[in-house]
Amino acid sequence: MESLDLISILGSTIRLSIPLIFTALAGLFTERAGVFDIGLEGKMLFSAFAAAVAAFMTGSPWLGLLSGITVSVLISLIHGFASITNRGNQIVSGVAINFLASGLTAVLGQAWFSQGGRTPPLAATARFTEIVFPYAAELRDTGLIGRFYANVISGHNILTYLAFIAVPASWWVLYRTRFGLRLRAVGENPGAVDTAGISVTWLRYRATICAGILCGCSGTYLAIGQSAGFVKDMSAGKGYIALAALIFAKWRPVPVMLACLLFGFLDAFANFMQGKSVPGIGEVPVQIFQALPYVLTCVLLAGFIGVARPPKAGGVPYVKER
Amino acid sequence: MSPSPTAVPAIELIGIDKKFGAVHANKTINLTVAKGSIHGIVGENGAGKSTLMSILYGFYHADAGSIRINGRDTVIHDSQAAISAGIGMVHQHFMLVENFSVLENVILGVEGGALLGRGVAEARSALKRLEADYGLDVDPDAIIEELPVGLQQRVEILKALYRGAEILILDEPTGVLTPAEADHLFKILGVLRDQGKTIVLITHKLREIMAITDSVSVMRRGEMVATRHTTETTVEELAELMVGRRVLLRVDKGPAAPSEVVLSVRNLTVKDGRGVTMVDNVSFDVRAGEVVGIAGVAGNGQSELLEAITGIRKPASGEILIHGQPVTGFDAAHLRSLGLGHIPEDRHHMGLVLNFEESENSVLGYHRDDRYGKGPMLDLDACRDDAKAKIEKYDIRPPNCRLKTANFSGGNQQKIVVAREIERDPALLVVGQPTRGVDIGAIEFIHRRLIAMRDAGKAVLLVSVELDEIRSLSDRILVMFAGHVVGEKTPDTGEQTLGLMMAGIAA
Repeated sequence: MESLDLISILGSTIRLSIPLIFTALAGLFTERAGVFDIGLEGKMLFSAFAAAVAAFMTGSPWLGLLSGITVSVLISLIHGFASITNRGNQIVSGVAINFLASGLTAVLGQAWFSQGGRTPPLAATARFTEIVFPYAAELRDTGLIGRFYANVISGHNILTYLAFIAVPASWWVLYRTRFGLRLRAVGENPGAVDTAGISVTWLRYRATICAGILCGCSGTYLAIGQSAGFVKDMSAGKGYIALAALIFAKWRPVPVMLACLLFGFLDAFANFMQGKSVPGIGEVPVQIFQALPYVLTCVLLAGFIGVARPPKAGGVPYVKER
Repeated sequence: MSPSPTAVPAIELIGIDKKFGAVHANKTINLTVAKGSIHGIVGENGAGKSTLMSILYGFYHADAGSIRINGRDTVIHDSQAAISAGIGMVHQHFMLVENFSVLENVILGVEGGALLGRGVAEARSALKRLEADYGLDVDPDAIIEELPVGLQQRVEILKALYRGAEILILDEPTGVLTPAEADHLFKILGVLRDQGKTIVLITHKLREIMAITDSVSVMRRGEMVATRHTTETTVEELAELMVGRRVLLRVDKGPAAPSEVVLSVRNLTVKDGRGVTMVDNVSFDVRAGEVVGIAGVAGNGQSELLEAITGIRKPASGEILIHGQPVTGFDAAHLRSLGLGHIPEDRHHMGLVLNFEESENSVLGYHRDDRYGKGPMLDLDACRDDAKAKIEKYDIRPPNCRLKTANFSGGNQQKIVVAREIERDPALLVVGQPTRGVDIGAIEFIHRRLIAMRDAGKAVLLVSVELDEIRSLSDRILVMFAGHVVGEKTPDTGEQTLGLMMAGIAA
């Protein structure tokens, strides 16, 4: 394969990985706090819709982001109310959110805009557009490093760079702050947190709010960064892929980023192979390549990665023992 | 050192009352604990000891009553309030985050700021100080799950002291310790008392009460029935106060008459789920008409040995024979049909399905029998009649075979398991922790049943972490340490000798 192709695959790897990184980090916060979060997918979809609608109405991508985050946080709080306050089943609550997201966004989209569940296409000023770094255009044709600079480092929207900042920031919050220590503790042994005089409920709510914010960024990126509007079911299972990446990375921030980049790369590779022939085999149906991320997910989850020990108290509502 | 009567008491509980639904857990309890003393609280399971202490620690709210700490009325609405009133608690199930370091566990909740850096440094030097003052040495950077249980408990004590506890509550602290570790704990408690700390010790082990407390209170069915100076009471009196009737603390049994070998274990090696060798080349026999006891601190391979013998876990190598017939790797149902009865170590996880009715649990594992139905259908009437007969014979209370098993007390749940396994009249009975979390009255009953099995010519293999139980029931004692059988002793062997063997120090 020519190096030019590799560079362009890497560029789109970055673009495709961003929603995964945000979403997997969101899951990292909730799951490390002991709340399973199957509803990542739904939160993404809701925030994508909210961001697209707000950006269309106001013409401002920033108000779109704000709206995406707000809606996603609200959905997180619903999940929290069901699974933390009322000690409901966290999986059921998450699945319900996913169904609700898929249906409600399409219905509202149709009712408000009558374009088959889409939101109207956004003008460039209502989107987060690519930021071109200095000299990117000049360096585009100056060898491998120049092309890498122009295509992989430069030329993404602000949310992309935010995602890569969010990775070390999440690490710092989890391992260097009081909040992070307590959050990790509550996912392992909420009894230890409770007997230390800290509210388990409030701590878990804060973790779901963090997840809401990150999912909001993810959905916003989908609707007004990567695309120019909301399309029905545009999250397309990315929430589940992010969960797989989270498990693959054993609930640690930097490995989460690497796992998401791997999934993003497979996605980019599938796009690249569309209509191309494989040397020696001929043209392979593109579906084979599109299936790769999902095949990888199955293989990884089937234990290829060794023992992934989830947070011990994950999925279990906290009840004081008698 | 006897507390001075004129000093202000450290703790006064006045008229504490607490109901959980229909259960009256604490009935107008009054309790006074002198400053600088060790005060024991004894009582059977469900007597209300833990509830009372949880109220003192702010885990529950009393329906009525008040608390005075050092003579001052104190409202303890949550654990934070208890901590700031100078109360620390060491829970029976440690409240530690297992994949955290000692240091992280100690600072949890008192981090000293939004960022961890400074708090960690402060805690490190504070731990050094505590280590010097009380002889509580632990590596601050060790990960909890890699520490032995005795040290984990020490971390719990350090947690309380780091938070400035002047009053320390310990809930069943010796349940998981070797005799040597328990002795060490008592030494530490002695030092703490001499430095002016007040200690409340909850336990059901009367020997410990006699050994280290200054005074003792007895609870029964939610009431505080007596308080005594330890020097002025006896084990017999306390046991009677706890149960409300005279109890036989010794097990009456005649000499054993062992005959042919029923169970043979040959060079058995068993690995756990992580592939760690837990039982290493173990061989022994159990004969008809004898009780063979396996002593050891929890986690030295006893559980895996039991699982291999009862067909729950496949051994890595070695052989198991029942009546001379090789049965290695047979599943549990097959082994049962060959005359194996199994009272598992953990009745909640292995012995019972708590959401089932009593009658369903009473046939579980034998439900394929023709007695309980034909083909795929269960004959519920037959099951219930059978359950009723067992309830009567084993005095299981309440006598209602339709009641959900979760609603029986620990002792009665255990009796359900014991009845199910013994009534099948197995040639070999494998028993794990038969009286864990069971009250004294039921312990007496279960012990007598096990001896009756032996006297009826059955082979009994008993695994227990309670050394007293092993010594009073067994005819031969095998000691396990780190997966090996480190020696065989007679039941009259001194506790200290066995204790040392259990710690891997002497053979």
